Amino acid sequence: MSVDKIWVLAEVVDGAPITTSLELITQARSLAGTVEAVAWGEATASVAATLGQYGVTTVHDVGDLGGALPGVPVAAAIAAAVAGGAGPDAVLFPATYDGRDIAGRLSARLDRPVLTNVVDLIADDGGLVTHHAIFGGTQVLSARFTAEGPGIYVVRAKSFPAEPSGGAPASVMASPAPDTGATNAARIVARHVEERTGPKLDEAAVVVSGGRGLGEKDNYALIEELATLLKGAAGASRAIVDAGWVPYSHQVGQTGKTVKPTVYLACGISGATQHLVGMKNSKNIVAINKDADAPIFSVADLGIVGDVHKVLPKLIEALKAKG
Amino acid sequence: MNVVVCVKQIPDPAAPPALDAVTKNLVRAGKLILDDSDAYGVEMALQLADAAGGGEVTLVSMAPNGETSGLRTALAMGAARAILVSDDSLAGTDALGTAKVLAAAIKRAEPDLILAATESTDGYTGTTPVQVAELLGLPSVTFAKKVEITGNSVKVERQTEAGYDEVESPLPALVTVTAGVVEPRYPSFKGIMAAKSKPVETLTVAELGLDAGEVGAAGARQEITQVADAEARAAGEIVVDEGEGHQRVIEFLEQLKVL
Repeated sequence: MSVDKIWVLAEVVDGAPITTSLELITQARSLAGTVEAVAWGEATASVAATLGQYGVTTVHDVGDLGGALPGVPVAAAIAAAVAGGAGPDAVLFPATYDGRDIAGRLSARLDRPVLTNVVDLIADDGGLVTHHAIFGGTQVLSARFTAEGPGIYVVRAKSFPAEPSGGAPASVMASPAPDTGATNAARIVARHVEERTGPKLDEAAVVVSGGRGLGEKDNYALIEELATLLKGAAGASRAIVDAGWVPYSHQVGQTGKTVKPTVYLACGISGATQHLVGMKNSKNIVAINKDADAPIFSVADLGIVGDVHKVLPKLIEALKAKG
Repeated sequence: MNVVVCVKQIPDPAAPPALDAVTKNLVRAGKLILDDSDAYGVEMALQLADAAGGGEVTLVSMAPNGETSGLRTALAMGAARAILVSDDSLAGTDALGTAKVLAAAIKRAEPDLILAATESTDGYTGTTPVQVAELLGLPSVTFAKKVEITGNSVKVERQTEAGYDEVESPLPALVTVTAGVVEPRYPSFKGIMAAKSKPVETLTVAELGLDAGEVGAAGARQEITQVADAEARAAGEIVVDEGEGHQRVIEFLEQLKVL
């Protein structure tokens, strides 16, 4: 399978393409001669300029979805383009809620397999080879498709840098979704934006995360206080999200966010595989855990073997004293 | 209301995972347990069937060697019966192949609602549920943190980057639930005893009317070309806290000019 044309799902949030889409477009430029984007919603025309700056020549605009979840209609629009012969050799999806839905729908619709949790994409022997971080990122698995394309890839955030190439605004081409009947019956009836103070978890320069070692839900307040003092964001391990201590949106790891801050502070987190994958590429890692054998210390630049219930309050006091 | 819950039986996550030296597939030969992520879907199904004034909760699973230990756990929680697809030809099946198998099995149960976890704990592909929905021609709502049934529709609070969306869909539909959405019950002694005699229908790929070429390693149409050690991080400094550990953290943050 030679790779001449790649499509990237350009997810638009608050009127701009998300960073992960721009990362994928940047990488796609180095893999294929033609990079095009797929977008939906009302803002497509206005994001064509930004997408063009990153190297996209054409935006396939599925248009307004009328309140439908994107999974069904966007996948159907891409599948229609493939059936019509205008499709790409590969489609790259950001590993977001909607990106995964669309990729899964497209895979079943086209009867093509999908590779998910991709952390690198490399041109090799006329095709694409993917890398996947497995076993907590201690090993890298390489994979590729063996049959006819298009290849469907779901790629994790921060796998590539996002760098503009200074291209002209992309042209916009209407690619409306064909009728998918009852399959497309789910409708968004209301949207709720949760208040957030401080930087976003996946963009913060400092991330302070808590885990099971905090002992109980109320102690998560220590994590939030420390994050605020460091002008950072508060994260969590899957264990305490599953326990219902904090919302899913705080989760760092395989199932949650991928973060790459200047400093990551892991407090009372043992460092399960699930968690390490989401944070091990942080520039600096500080771990505080009472178990000296905890796997988190294997990735820590500074490890404090100690009780979070003792270390965190002192750390907070000392930071407050510094002002 | 009849609910199907897709459940995966996985190697104990507490044990170190391993890849088969030849096929590079995850080793799933030993005893398997119910994926923790699926306990939420089972609990949700039981609560929804109860709230709807009755109905049956059916488990659907695909596992090697006729494995039922994980299914028995979910049956002990209260599910009525299970459909298990187990067949040697399924070794090496990918997410789409799994979806084909599950979709064919689910059809037999004629559910009003299908529940699944957002992804499994061992493979974490995260696409199988929507692939199932697409194959069955059903709407789906993923990442549900709250699920309610009213009449012939399902109302879901769906997790988003910014908060959550309220989504409504007519039934039948497929919903994936996030962990923590409900508190899974512990099986009671009575439940465990009852689970032993609950029906588990075991089916082969042929009995589902699927072609063996659609599943297994051939159906996956992908190959693992290499498994290599990742670049290891340089060993860090370890300090045992004797009351002053926090000071070392502050010095470190100052060095990095975070403070």
